[in-house]
Amino acid sequence: MDVPDQLLYTDSDEWVRIEGGASGDAGDEVVIGITDYAQDQLGDIVFVELPPVGRALTAGVAFGVVESIKAVSDLNAPVTGEVLEVNESLADAPEQVNADPYGAGWFLRVRLGVPLDRSALLTAEAYRAFRLDGGS
Amino acid sequence: MSDPPATASLHRLPLHDRHVALGARMAPFAGWEMPLQYESVLDEHHAVRDGAGMFDVSHMGRVTLDGPAAAAALRGVTTFDVTTIAPGEAHYSLFCNAEGGIDDDVFVYRIENARWLVVVNAANAEAGSARLRTAYPAARDVTTATVMLAVQGPRAIELLSGVLGDSLAEVAPRHCLAFAWRGVEVLLARTGYTGEDGMECILPAEAGGALWDALVGAGVRPAGLAARDTLRLEAALPLHGHDIDAATSPYEAGLGFAVSLDDTAPFTGRAALEAAHATPPARRLACIRILERAVPRAEMEVLDASGTAVTALTSGTFSPTLRAGIGMAYLPAPLASPGTPLHVRVRDRLVPAEVVRRPFYRRPRARATEA
Repeated sequence: MDVPDQLLYTDSDEWVRIEGGASGDAGDEVVIGITDYAQDQLGDIVFVELPPVGRALTAGVAFGVVESIKAVSDLNAPVTGEVLEVNESLADAPEQVNADPYGAGWFLRVRLGVPLDRSALLTAEAYRAFRLDGGS
Repeated sequence: MSDPPATASLHRLPLHDRHVALGARMAPFAGWEMPLQYESVLDEHHAVRDGAGMFDVSHMGRVTLDGPAAAAALRGVTTFDVTTIAPGEAHYSLFCNAEGGIDDDVFVYRIENARWLVVVNAANAEAGSARLRTAYPAARDVTTATVMLAVQGPRAIELLSGVLGDSLAEVAPRHCLAFAWRGVEVLLARTGYTGEDGMECILPAEAGGALWDALVGAGVRPAGLAARDTLRLEAALPLHGHDIDAATSPYEAGLGFAVSLDDTAPFTGRAALEAAHATPPARRLACIRILERAVPRAEMEVLDASGTAVTALTSGTFSPTLRAGIGMAYLPAPLASPGTPLHVRVRDRLVPAEVVRRPFYRRPRARATEA
């Protein structure tokens, strides 16, 4: 189970990367996706439904869906902000999420509307412990 | 280290430990603990389409009927006139109820003149077994005494021949034979549920592991129930309990070829089927392809071009071979023709779709050699 140290995580298996060495203040940009654990649980991903550019996200609220042959899973927003960019390549090649969940399999670039609430997110160490522990 | 015992109500396959050792994700199905997938549903699906995959379908019910009176007894409980099946042949058939609805779809194998095997769906195995034993008390349920492996794909015959030590290429489609292998009898049938060439192999449970191991060693890929579903739906093969059931008519489902009305022998549901056959069905099971990327699933609403809801999907999935959403539904006859525009409600979105000819996928014919 791959859990990069520099990212932040949710207990619903999304990850957040703060861009450009910023600190997560309002106006900073983040990239979000789903974790290696999530893609493994889902199996072969065949469809990802993402919001359009300009959509507002609210932390904790579902913003899209990821589907495998047998399962449909909601995507929960890890942050509050506005969608700046969507990974359009996932429309034709959703399998990138399985192959490279932290790289080519990214979902959205988001401009934070409020500072990151770190109390609502997990560090890599905490997420690792959560998942290895079989947390649900 | 062995796994914990199965929950009280679930049967375990004879080859359970092998599936677990291969990393299979196990799930309950029809009262059995079944391998859903090993590593990747898509890989398993493509292995069957491009090479050879293998399904452990030992959960399906298997009943043998031996003796000269078996043919007539069997004819009386199934829709196809099995007395017309020659020794060494097999045919698809149905168990209908008195109203002409489909209690199960089955395959009937005539191994020798007076030696029959009927394979029924696992979900209906108890009822099917009882039906056969009522019609023919000498019938024997061999389900738990045997293993059944479906080896499917363009390389299935080649790899199976290599393992069994004899060329099976001469066994014609929908033909069957009893084959001696390592001191046991293997029933082989050139049948399947994937739309590919291949064989189903039935042998004593204690020898099943040896055959499984030999086939895996020869390069046949283990494949689970998830891939089995995407394959059969691409081939537009109905799944009982979803696309056909006790309330659907064979004629609505396009299964009239499994019903024989030419002879005069009585069989369960005959009167109702004769009446149904006399009138064109008001609705027909149609193949529907989704025209935008979306995954259709059973029970999603189907709407006509004007946005009126007409029915719900009976099956749906994402087709790995076509890379498109596919499904089936009973459409009113006027809408059931290929090209009819439709919509499917996928969550909160109306996605455009259309009726297409069945099947969604047909295996490419071998090219004729150039003169």
